[in-house]
Amino acid sequence: MYNKINEKDVIALRAIVGESNVLTGNEISPDYAHDELGGIERMPDALVRAYSTEQISEIMKLAYERCLPVTVRGSGTGLVGAAVALEGGILLETVKMNKILELDKNNLTVTVQPGVLLMELAAFAEENDFLYPPDPGEKSATIGGNISTNAGGMRAVKYGVTRDYVRALKVVMPNGEILELGAKVAKNSSGYSLKDLVVGSEGTLCIITEAVLKLVPLPKVSVSLLVPFKDMKSAIEAVPQIIRSKVTPTAIEYMSRDTILFSESYLGKKFPDTKNDAYILLTFDGNTDEQVEADMNTVANLCLDIGALDAYIVDTEERKKSVWSARGAFLEAIKASTTEMDECDVVVPKDMIAEFIKFTHVLSDEMGIRIPSFGHAGDGNLHIYICRDELDDKTWHEKLEICFERMYRKAEELGGLVSGEHGIGYAKKNYLKEQYGQTPIALMQGIKRVFDEKNILNPGKVCF
Amino acid sequence: MKILVCIKQVPGSNNVEVDPVTGVLKRSGIQSKMNPYDLYGIEAALSLTEKYGGSVECITMGPPQAKSIIEEAVCMGAKNGTVLSDRKFAGADVLATAYTISQGIRKCGDFDIIICGKQTTDGDTAQVGAEVAENLNIPNVSNVISIDEIIDGKATVTASLDNNTIKMSVELPCLISMENDINTPRLPSYKVKQSITDDVVKILTFDDFDDKNPDHYGLSGSATQVERIFPPEKNTEKHSVTGSSSEQAQSLYELVSKLKMI
Repeated sequence: MYNKINEKDVIALRAIVGESNVLTGNEISPDYAHDELGGIERMPDALVRAYSTEQISEIMKLAYERCLPVTVRGSGTGLVGAAVALEGGILLETVKMNKILELDKNNLTVTVQPGVLLMELAAFAEENDFLYPPDPGEKSATIGGNISTNAGGMRAVKYGVTRDYVRALKVVMPNGEILELGAKVAKNSSGYSLKDLVVGSEGTLCIITEAVLKLVPLPKVSVSLLVPFKDMKSAIEAVPQIIRSKVTPTAIEYMSRDTILFSESYLGKKFPDTKNDAYILLTFDGNTDEQVEADMNTVANLCLDIGALDAYIVDTEERKKSVWSARGAFLEAIKASTTEMDECDVVVPKDMIAEFIKFTHVLSDEMGIRIPSFGHAGDGNLHIYICRDELDDKTWHEKLEICFERMYRKAEELGGLVSGEHGIGYAKKNYLKEQYGQTPIALMQGIKRVFDEKNILNPGKVCF
Repeated sequence: MKILVCIKQVPGSNNVEVDPVTGVLKRSGIQSKMNPYDLYGIEAALSLTEKYGGSVECITMGPPQAKSIIEEAVCMGAKNGTVLSDRKFAGADVLATAYTISQGIRKCGDFDIIICGKQTTDGDTAQVGAEVAENLNIPNVSNVISIDEIIDGKATVTASLDNNTIKMSVELPCLISMENDINTPRLPSYKVKQSITDDVVKILTFDDFDDKNPDHYGLSGSATQVERIFPPEKNTEKHSVTGSSSEQAQSLYELVSKLKMI
């Protein structure tokens, strides 16, 4: 169905992006065969580094004409194989397109290229007294990747997810045509929202080459609370009561002592408190000390009333760093604690999160397999890791399949969905198909065909 | 064992602006916090009392609002603390500050160990600890990364000497200045904060001290005068190296050679 890249194609690609920006064969690092989780591996035939929208347009004209598969890749920090070139062909890396193009203080927007890293954007916004609210744990991910998966992160409880902050996109269609979707406007009732369709489409519809993102004024005060509980059950059961208190924390994260200890050993840095089995980490932000303190006091008192052992105040930069840097390293820390792992990032209604976590504990006992988890208790999005440890290959795959089946079924039963923020990619598409059924999947496939009738963009992902 | 930790209230941000005309730090609107380096001292002190028993007290010099950092130390686990506060103490340099603190310590009682942070984030002199020890006529060890053992009236400590470490035995009472980043300071407890009472903070003024010679305190007791405070020049010069990995490596090599760095 697809053509294989030939010498002529390589010459044409080099003419577009320059000799040194097209790598083939052994010149390509094996890292480009997989993403961060490494569940699926396939080497591309050519790795192409693009520097501009125009270059990408030229590359796509060539790929369209020659019917070459193209997979777009940012930092490769994805977890579901979305940035793996399943059909070989061109792996189009956008990390060199890493310029922040404009800060518009009148419209509160920032315009960026897709290769800007989340941590770079966050720092830039803060330097200018703004906040870019989406805050996924992986700070070295690119903004292009964040938009492609509609990443959420820790502040979603109060501020929402990436889609809520994308005002406009410049994209290159599979045939090379350059389009601008959305606009620098706050309201938009102008037909179908193509921009919103592209957000979360995991590189299957078109290639994002520029994004206009919404910023908010930087809250002047921010304080976190680390609340210890005697066990995970009490910690998780506190969350719905916090939500009912009508105080809206910026973030509500839950973490177990085990996960914190993995993080300590991974970072080589002690966490401020590891005496208790389970913790909830909350953040409050606002513009005055009084307002933030009142919110913090309400929640701290509530937590103490329902069994929290204390509430530790995380109020300075140093204290925030000591707590949040550990939280940011949980994924890598769990990965380092085992031989292999797979993940599940289901999202359930907020009031079902305790039930789902309890279910994973039962499942872990029944299956005799370690299932550590952490996540966004405040928005119902869980990050659950199934660890292989010392299991042999056959047992591992058998147990993994059963665990996934049961977890996705449970999530569905509780009114949840397959992915909260990591996306579907390659790894989760069967679970998506199972949950959504024929018509929604056929609609998605139809949309894909309208954008990309030759199916050259990121083939084999999401709904195909 | 009785341990006293010297702490200080400093601006809450490292980006405090300096008025270019007066040379004074623009503190208005800037939150204050406990000097981050002192937190390592408090943690070291609390860990010692967990191991050997005893209590931790704190002392600070500053305006009455410095009381909040004593309360913060209590929320971390200290028993109580003292604020040395008097208009006569204002404008003190290192010498007068160290003298005032040592006068205050004499009024707080006897301690086995006095712990200081490495330095403060606003003054950055790293001299007050050693001068307090001199005034109190007790031994002083600086750059300490761990207090390993306390036995028979002596403390065994490990200090950092940049490329080496040195293990020393020091007689009690002594003053120890801790390095930064040597532990993870525990967090203040909200539960303790709710139950805190006014008597955890004691205020001492000039009139409480034994030495009542005003020339030993504040501006008049200072041997040095600040002529001008100015922010360091910001160097925003950037040089980007582009190209393939080998081209970048070559350009970088040429650049550092040109700068005679290699």
